[in-house]
Amino acid sequence: MKELLGGQEVIGVARIEGPIVVVQGAGSVGYDEVVEVFDSRGRLRRGRVLEVGEDIAVVEVFAGTTGLSIDDTRVRFLGEPLRIPVTEEMLGRVFDGLGEPIDGGPEPLADHYADINGQPINPTARVYPRDYIQTGISAIDGMNTLVMGQKLPLFSGSGLPHDQLAAQIVRQATLGAPAGEAPSQTAQFAIVFAAMGVKHDVAAYFRDSFAESGALTRVAMFLNLADDPPVERLVTPRAALTLAEYLAFERQMHVLVILTDMTNYCEALRQISNIRGEVPSRKGYPGYLYSDLASMYERTGRIKTSEGSITQLPILTMPNDDITHPVPDLTGYITEGQIVLSRDLTHQDIYPPIAVLPSLSRLMKDGIGEGRTRADHSHLSAQLYAAYAHVQDVRSLASVIGEEELSTVDQQYLQFGRAFEREFIHQGPTENRSIEETLTIGWRLLSMLPQEELTRVSPAELQQYYGKRDATH
Amino acid sequence: MSWQIGTVIWINGPVVRVRGSRQVSMLELVEVGDEHLVGEVIGLEGDIITIQVYEETSGMRPGAPVYGTGMPLSVELGPGLLRSIFDGIQRPLPVMEMHTGSFIGRGVHLTPLYRKDRWSFTPQVKAGDTITGGAILGTVPETQALTHRVMAPPEIEGTLTWVAPAGEYTIDEPIARLRTKNGEQELTMLQRWPVRRPRPYRSRLAPAEPLVTGQRVLDTFFPLAKGGAAAIPGGFGAGKTVTQHQIAKWSDAQVVIYIGCGERGNEMTEVLQEFPELVDPRSGRPLMERTVLIANTSNMPVAAREASIYTGITIAEYYRDMGYHVALMADSTSRWAEALREISGRLEEMPAEEGYPAYLAARLAEFYERAGYVETLNGQLGSVSVIGAVSPPGGDFSEPVTQHTKRFIRCFWALDKALASARHFPSVNWLESYSEYVDDVAGWWREQVGRDWQTMRAQAMEILTEESRLQRIVKLVGPDALPDEQRLILETARLLREGFLQQSALDEVDTYSPLQKQIRMLELILHFHQRAQRIIKRGALIVVIHDLPVVTDMMRMKTLVANDQLEKLDDIRKAIDEQMDQLETEYR
Ligand SMILES: Nc1ncnc2c1ncn2[C@@H]1O[C@H](COP(=O)(O)OP(=O)(O)OP(=O)(O)O)[C@@H](O)[C@H]1O
Ligand SMILES: [Mg+2]
Repeated sequence: MKELLGGQEVIGVARIEGPIVVVQGAGSVGYDEVVEVFDSRGRLRRGRVLEVGEDIAVVEVFAGTTGLSIDDTRVRFLGEPLRIPVTEEMLGRVFDGLGEPIDGGPEPLADHYADINGQPINPTARVYPRDYIQTGISAIDGMNTLVMGQKLPLFSGSGLPHDQLAAQIVRQATLGAPAGEAPSQTAQFAIVFAAMGVKHDVAAYFRDSFAESGALTRVAMFLNLADDPPVERLVTPRAALTLAEYLAFERQMHVLVILTDMTNYCEALRQISNIRGEVPSRKGYPGYLYSDLASMYERTGRIKTSEGSITQLPILTMPNDDITHPVPDLTGYITEGQIVLSRDLTHQDIYPPIAVLPSLSRLMKDGIGEGRTRADHSHLSAQLYAAYAHVQDVRSLASVIGEEELSTVDQQYLQFGRAFEREFIHQGPTENRSIEETLTIGWRLLSMLPQEELTRVSPAELQQYYGKRDATH
Repeated sequence: MSWQIGTVIWINGPVVRVRGSRQVSMLELVEVGDEHLVGEVIGLEGDIITIQVYEETSGMRPGAPVYGTGMPLSVELGPGLLRSIFDGIQRPLPVMEMHTGSFIGRGVHLTPLYRKDRWSFTPQVKAGDTITGGAILGTVPETQALTHRVMAPPEIEGTLTWVAPAGEYTIDEPIARLRTKNGEQELTMLQRWPVRRPRPYRSRLAPAEPLVTGQRVLDTFFPLAKGGAAAIPGGFGAGKTVTQHQIAKWSDAQVVIYIGCGERGNEMTEVLQEFPELVDPRSGRPLMERTVLIANTSNMPVAAREASIYTGITIAEYYRDMGYHVALMADSTSRWAEALREISGRLEEMPAEEGYPAYLAARLAEFYERAGYVETLNGQLGSVSVIGAVSPPGGDFSEPVTQHTKRFIRCFWALDKALASARHFPSVNWLESYSEYVDDVAGWWREQVGRDWQTMRAQAMEILTEESRLQRIVKLVGPDALPDEQRLILETARLLREGFLQQSALDEVDTYSPLQKQIRMLELILHFHQRAQRIIKRGALIVVIHDLPVVTDMMRMKTLVANDQLEKLDDIRKAIDEQMDQLETEYR
């Protein structure tokens, strides 16, 4: 054992198991500190300390342990947690899953180095998010309004168009304005994109889409792709969020963070946990999966000392489309709502296939209404929800007794349901609707139902909007 | 005061092992490492001490010193608690913000209560009085909404030799001196109490008063008694937090303790920004003046999350001991149970169900048992009502935390994912929920509200139960197959569901529904039902009933009738009678 560059180095390890090496003979090693691991040919990989005892350290090696041997492996402990450089220059650049540039460009000239784990935001330092983001997508703006500083995941399934939807949101997102006023063009979002275990073409799709909309100079990409080491995935979203925090809270920018695919992240975490022999909770995932995910999702929001904000749009695929699977389940318990995509709607060629009933935006209530979107927005969306929920009942009844046997009102509901899916939810992948258009379509569809059915909207609102011909159509 | 008790030999997240002194005691508060991170002793074996650390341990090394304090984890009690927001181990978060900025730092030692404030103390005892533990020494107007009763610590007795004259004092200045068996002792307005030990009271009484929440489905259908315990289980987005916020805002508790235990930062911020603005309908003062917030959000250290529940309930008991009715909300007890599980896992304890330690049930029982309606040591009546949110994985109530909790509570507000997706809020499922306090509080309703609530409640429940049976038939054959008498049940049930049970927390009027309004709305719906039944028997068609204009009035009465204009409900009753009279003349 010898001291080197402020750190200490050990030659030879005691045990190697999966991506984990157990090192004996290191003196005083810090919990969670970074290590450099060299194979017999002196090639470097990095890792992190998961557990320390008096003479022993358990280390996860991000790139995996293939090619490492017991005797020839050198481990150097660096005496500090994993840090990445942060600077505005990182926008427009591409990094690997650990934050090293892979676009051929130089190392970013760092403003400073920041611990990738961040620190919890003090709840008293937060500003409750209230400014809505207009995405131009009716099912979101009208029914599940996104707010600047919100964490709103897309719950999807394999083969569903979550990437298109996320890319469309990124392209169209602007700081919202009251209905009828032009949205402000001043607030341009910086975008931090983190890929965990997704295919090359997914990353390429996003890059092309950012390039097309001229956003590339505002995007920092952190890529851990499907063939990259799984353990590295545990670092990728944290590295991305560390940059996002810097941009939002020190550089006053509005930052949109896309994390995809969180299910791959969780699988990597499960793998490490299983190898370490930890007691699993559900489906083999570790009991601390909730806290682990929260340590990333909670790095969203606004704080008093900055004008900036972090809005997170994590994407996750639900294994077997099962929303009760631990990954979507725990995510839903942490995030401020979720946008759920539906295979059924996709089969009916509805894009975006947003299943509005299980979707939710918890911050919507304070982001809409008079002076923000429009005074009737809250009642209108509640009524659309109630009516569309009733459509589901009517549909299952119709499948039993036949449509002809339905009461007149229920038949009207069926028509409403179809129109709601085709005209409200459905829109083009480049169609960018104003909030006013969205609300107008909503009222036009509600007008297909008798007034007495519409008890969620007020008599005055009915008076003002019910059955009025669209100005926009 | 602290002294070194050993050195760290092993670190795994929040769990640290130390080799050192055998004099350390279980649950002793310790300080770990050069940063003096706060921790608690959770295991002793020979000279090996196991500690859970309440702060992030990243960077800590074996060999780091550990210091003992000789004290268990305790909270500070005294004027200045109300309006505060603390973390799980009672560190004041606004003061933390002044020290470490927008992010929570490590190793920051802060006194929970501000020492420099001067409080206006008015004595109620005099020199020469003999007092026992819990005696009220005087009062302090802690906020305009609440008078703080300064009490002697629970476990002392003696004769007062000196009492401070009325005046302004800080919490650590003496306000009395007491001669006890063990000599003379100074009393201040500040006391400490170990969080894991329930505070004593004179006797426990049977709960007989409802905790009025202003939420119809709770007050009218599934009431919680003051001093009782309730659980709100529900999947994500089902409405646990909103329901708890509603109770924190509108319930008739005099003090509210709200524990955000492993939940979202923004939800605490929301309360912090909203409560100072909202006015308590009873005191006319901002809600914050009766509220203490404990925030240990999901990204804050898990061990402190485990402690937060105890910190909260100890503060609740302290106000109870002054003779107040306290409501405590814990959101979410599942996150607390998971903190237990995580610590237990790192200790490599033998897991019971789903990785939870075998002592989960015992811990839950201890917590809920601290709810109660008591006669305090000073002879007053006070209560702690506990409302725990439960977050079952996959929304499935058969999991261990929900199941064990059910054994220790008597009021179960089951939230229903399907109702929540249809935006029926509160999504309390009326068939799955129950309250065992119904009989206990029926007398109170009779005396205080003057209505036969229990009978009306039973009638409404019967209609709702019958509806669910009929709905199963409708799903198979359609509604037309049912006779009109049964279709009337569906109609009235719809009125009950949409006109009564549904109550939007976001509606300016309907967010709070006084009991008088609740019972009169219910009465109207039942009255409508009875009259309609007679007319249907005479051969009127259900569509005729469905189309009566008064049906829409009843659907909208919750929002259109302001809480201070209940006489408008009489107009609706008149309308029901007129329209029914009219029908009766048509169907003789
Ligand atoms: N009483 C209510 N009135 C109106 N809306 C409600 C009500 N209760 C719940 N909601 C709606 O449901 C959403 C989710 O509620 P809430 O945040 O309380 O869920 P939760 O059960 O606490 O979820 P989680 O377990 O994820 O924290 C709210 O943001 C709000 O839109
Ligand atoms: Mg909640």
